[in-house]
Amino acid sequence: MKQNHTKLSVIQLIIVTLFCVVSLTIPQSAEAFSDQVVQRGATGDDVVELQARMQYNGYYNGTIDGVFGWQTYWSVKEFQKQFGLEVVDGVVGDKTKAMLERATKYDKEFVLQNLREGRKFTYYGGVDKNIQRGPKGSKGQPKKQPKDDGVEKQQEQKQPKEEAPAPKEEPPAEEQQPQAKERPVKEEPEAPAEESPPEQQEPAEEPTPEGAEEPEEAPEEPEEAPAEPEETPEEPEAPEEPEEDPIEEIETPEEEEPEAQDDDINIEKAMNVPEGFSDNDIQLMAQAVYGEARGEPYEGQVAVAAVILNRIESPIFPNTVSDVIFEPLAFTAVADGQIWMEPNERARKAVMDAINGQDPSGNAIYYFNPQTATNKWIWSRPQIKQIGKHIFCE
Amino acid sequence: MARNIIIAILVVVVAGAGFWGYREHEEKNAILNHTENTYQRAFHDLTYQVDLLHDEIGSTLAMNSTEKLSPSLAEVWRITSQAQNDLGQLPLGLMPFSKTEEFLKKVGDFSYQHSIRNQEHEPLTDENYDDLKTLYSQAADIQNELRSVQSLVLKDHLRWMDAELAMSAGEEPLNNAIVNGFKIIDDKVSGFSEVNFDSETEHVAGNDEKIYERIKDEKTITKQEAEEVAKTFLGRSALGDVQVTETGEGLDYEAYSLTIADRKHNTNVTMDITKNGGHPVWMLNERDIDKDVLSLSEAADNAKNFLETNDFNDMQLVDSKQYDNVGVFQFVFVDDKIRIYPDEVVVEVALDEGDIIAFENFAYLANHKDDREFNLELTKEDAEEKANGNLDIKEHYVAVIENQAGDEVTCHEFYGTIENDTFRIFINAETGNEEQVEKLPNPEPVYH
Repeated sequence: MKQNHTKLSVIQLIIVTLFCVVSLTIPQSAEAFSDQVVQRGATGDDVVELQARMQYNGYYNGTIDGVFGWQTYWSVKEFQKQFGLEVVDGVVGDKTKAMLERATKYDKEFVLQNLREGRKFTYYGGVDKNIQRGPKGSKGQPKKQPKDDGVEKQQEQKQPKEEAPAPKEEPPAEEQQPQAKERPVKEEPEAPAEESPPEQQEPAEEPTPEGAEEPEEAPEEPEEAPAEPEETPEEPEAPEEPEEDPIEEIETPEEEEPEAQDDDINIEKAMNVPEGFSDNDIQLMAQAVYGEARGEPYEGQVAVAAVILNRIESPIFPNTVSDVIFEPLAFTAVADGQIWMEPNERARKAVMDAINGQDPSGNAIYYFNPQTATNKWIWSRPQIKQIGKHIFCE
Repeated sequence: MARNIIIAILVVVVAGAGFWGYREHEEKNAILNHTENTYQRAFHDLTYQVDLLHDEIGSTLAMNSTEKLSPSLAEVWRITSQAQNDLGQLPLGLMPFSKTEEFLKKVGDFSYQHSIRNQEHEPLTDENYDDLKTLYSQAADIQNELRSVQSLVLKDHLRWMDAELAMSAGEEPLNNAIVNGFKIIDDKVSGFSEVNFDSETEHVAGNDEKIYERIKDEKTITKQEAEEVAKTFLGRSALGDVQVTETGEGLDYEAYSLTIADRKHNTNVTMDITKNGGHPVWMLNERDIDKDVLSLSEAADNAKNFLETNDFNDMQLVDSKQYDNVGVFQFVFVDDKIRIYPDEVVVEVALDEGDIIAFENFAYLANHKDDREFNLELTKEDAEEKANGNLDIKEHYVAVIENQAGDEVTCHEFYGTIENDTFRIFINAETGNEEQVEKLPNPEPVYH
């Protein structure tokens, strides 16, 4: 008996060491997170990777959009809890990253390319990637959303089945235990493997082969068609395979150039919006600010944006961005059409600063240019200060 | 022959020009008509809504039971916002026409307060009924005036476009019947706008007034001292020339506005510092930030250090967001583990060099105090029961917020989800009232 024990633990030890070596040598490190701590509110490639990995193991069902919003936050916390991390804070530091890297795969190419092409797509582990990508440009169409969501749900339901392999990415059966053990911080070894599935396991709609669910998708992507036969559709994740499914190889040629610059910005993802304002509100305000104050110091532009916000708050003006801006005769830029000029980044930033609480105008609700103001009444308002060419008043 | 050809060409050209001119004229007329019709519609609709408003307030007065009163007041509220909407569409932007809007706002607030907010907890008092009666008779006055302007408009075919043209030409539109009619209405309203509404709908002091109240007894500083304050506050070595101006009478508290050269980035830092007590109110440094080197969490540490060096202690980060290459951080004061939302500051950090590029202190300056008392009668569990059962509650805090009436209340703060949306709700820890419910924003797709 005792002997058995020691033997077992020796085997375990070997396996653990093996696994560590394997996981270190797996080329993932090249694709993995930067060493920054990622927290709620962040944007960028680390967030894309985070969301993709969280979706891979079924914790995240939202859109992979590169913005660490609330939905991402809750799924990170859930992941931290299920995988027994000491700190369940929704902040993605080294430990969480390490755990994610171990438990999931990340096909950067696939994800970034889909983002770049503005596709609606998902990245569930164990689901054939071909059926996870929507048609080109399918993302920014809010109307289609409900339908697409439905698709996402279906995939998510199938999840548990194909998902099972994902956690046991390593070699065959006997490892179940050791594998659990060598996760750094575990109190309950079985927890991750056992507990994560139930979450998504509501219905058991098993046999439907994925292909059947979205028959339209495949024909729509002729370039991908050749890839399919080569794949064993049900088990695409030969987990240890260093290079990914054949699709990538076929696509590499077209990907190469964008790859070079994909590390940042020109990928169209989502963005943070301040509470209570849509991006369109911000755009409209930026246009108004640009039309009214483009030659002014930055402070003056923030002040003009703040005046719009102060009016929304004020009982004697309308209550929405558009109502305030388009109120007849309220702004010269609206009256003379200058509001339709494309605003620059600076105007937009000024609007964001104002929305975030800055108000250089001193809570003004009027302003005017003393050189050109024709309305006598405006001079009777108590003045607060002059910024650039504008006098701001109560 | 040649002459004939030239004549023929000329005829064609003249006819063409004439036709073109006619088309242009037609188009312009069509647009003018369209705009005029929009104004007319808004105006006539406004008159109609005020009619309705009057009737509805009247029937509210006649009612007795709480169950009926509430929907009726809700209806008043709905009509008011409709009327406000109409009013907002009329070209009255730059004329002193604010009293009527304010009246509508007051009616709206009153009806909202008493129908939707807390009818259950606080039925209408006698004073409320008196206020309602006053509102009723005022609505009648406005209704009459609007009716008379309306009949003028209809009888003489008065056009709003004329009023608008007169106003945008900067003339004093003394001879325009529409504008005059509205001026009369406004004067009337201003005559009775000082009615004493019940405390809940009374004017809630804004931050500026509160700041004035808080610092008025503090020591006045000079311009030189303000410069010193600024430099210590910014803590930068490469600061250059400083220009100082003073704010005018329109601001409740007096302040210095400073423009300080930032030599390192070749930009200006602008900020306001109060004359009394020398408190920095806000600060902005506009500079280009081309890349993000720092993570949001490193930047948050910088922001926190910045606050601590400037004696903002016990501040907790409650929200962080990245916009392009800027991190924006919202901090609130924490007293005995309770988040005090009214004591809020916002700090922005550039993600390239990690320096502070903006700071905003209005709320903290207006509200901060160390010795608050908290009313925690409900436990977390009690409060949770008051929350919507569909909400899957994920996080809980105790917090102080300012409610609609402008009072500070101690609340249980819950974060929860319904499907993929996250909500934040505040349950009053003393009364169990649901003080505030908001859906927190999801990331927004880039549509273009």
